[in-house]
Amino acid sequence: MKKVLDVKNLSVSLGGEKVIDDLSFSVSKGEILTIVGPNGAGKSVLLKTLLGFFPFEGKIVWHQKLKVGYLPQGLNQLSLKNLPLTVCDFFTLKNPVPDQKEIIKYLKLVGLTKDFLFKTASNLSGGQFQRMLVAWVLISHPQLIFFDEPTTSIDIGGGETIYSLLDTIWKKEEVTIILVTHDLSIVYKHSTNVLCLTYKRHFCYGVPREILNSEVLKQVFGKEIKIYEHK
Amino acid sequence: MSNQILLTLISGIIISGLAGYLGTLMLSKRMSIVAGPLAHLSFPGVALAIIFGFSISYGVFPFVILGAIFIWLLKEKTKLPMQNLAAITFAIGVGTSLLFLPIDKAEEALVGSLAKITFSETILILVLSTFVFFIIRRLYQRMMLINVSEDLARTEGINVKMFNLYYLLSIAVTISMGVYLVGGLITAALVAIPSATAKNVSKDLRSYKIFASLFGIISAIVGISVAHIFCLPIGPLVIISNAVLFFISIIFMKKIV
Repeated sequence: MKKVLDVKNLSVSLGGEKVIDDLSFSVSKGEILTIVGPNGAGKSVLLKTLLGFFPFEGKIVWHQKLKVGYLPQGLNQLSLKNLPLTVCDFFTLKNPVPDQKEIIKYLKLVGLTKDFLFKTASNLSGGQFQRMLVAWVLISHPQLIFFDEPTTSIDIGGGETIYSLLDTIWKKEEVTIILVTHDLSIVYKHSTNVLCLTYKRHFCYGVPREILNSEVLKQVFGKEIKIYEHK
Repeated sequence: MSNQILLTLISGIIISGLAGYLGTLMLSKRMSIVAGPLAHLSFPGVALAIIFGFSISYGVFPFVILGAIFIWLLKEKTKLPMQNLAAITFAIGVGTSLLFLPIDKAEEALVGSLAKITFSETILILVLSTFVFFIIRRLYQRMMLINVSEDLARTEGINVKMFNLYYLLSIAVTISMGVYLVGGLITAALVAIPSATAKNVSKDLRSYKIFASLFGIISAIVGISVAHIFCLPIGPLVIISNAVLFFISIIFMKKIV
């Protein structure tokens, strides 16, 4: 598989504190790389650094120019609370503006009906809002998608819908996905590679079934983790 | 109708309509409050104008625009919230001007001087407003996305830093014109009230923008007319008209679904 990204000896410091230290990994085209680790291990910082939001030391080499989509963590309706924005309005903030047919198509993909088009975005439930965001990211046909805990606040069935959707899109459109999640079953079921981050330094990188055993997880999360693998 | 009241009405409608439109962006970014300090920044300019005897408008524009650039630079440097920086800038501006502002001669700067506006000033307001309107219109959707999430905006390829500068400059020019209409003390109301009123009665972005401009225009027409008929100052009456519309909108406010 063709490499799209090489990260070598990456270090990121924020406010004088090293958040990521000497991290190396690579991403190939069509891969789903999952990043796991405890809170504060630098998962979101890593995504933002790859997106170019933070200064860093070391090397980040993109082998080709890709159209990027990004769903940040914790983007919630509070940021829309002061705005009379409908779901449709929210999609018009994209450039270029997608047409209504396309919007409805993507809303349906994430399990929202056509009726949602003219609902006020800040009045959606947390889960519906998150689904809308996923649709918002997917509608521009990104070749590389960064998802930072995309199923936060989505109910269990809904989370499964989103991941199956990502799986479908991944198979159909040959996208590369870099995903931060706390859901370990997702790691086994959907990802091709996993990168575990612990506090301040990376710990493991490789194919989930080969490297993720309970001993490793204990070291990453600092306690016993039981894995219920989906068959 | 005399020529003077016609000029006053035209400038009032343009300024107030534009301020209402811009206010829809500011409300969403919780920036309405920034307009106040920015307007107060006109005071040092007014002081200089009075002391050296030139037109107050030449004093107002440079100071407010420099203030906006100053806030922007501080924001890039310190990452503090915009409101905080505006408060600091405002304190510096007003503090220093109080040292030498001849308060007894500064009434025009405090409550507006639209009733005395000249033909050339009206033309200046028309040109500036048209320019600012098209800039805001061009930036609107992207500014809105920045308001929702700077990270999303960056991923969409938006240069957040530059947009913030254009945005602040648009605010500065609008506010400077607002100082003509209602004076430096209450300019913030021109951007804050129409957008709040519009938000109460709109359910999508388009009606929000249209209503805010419309409420701005209505309040200017009503305020200026009433002021003219009863020989009262324009500024306070435009604000009171705005406030009345706001309270009416609360009655018609749609219930949250």
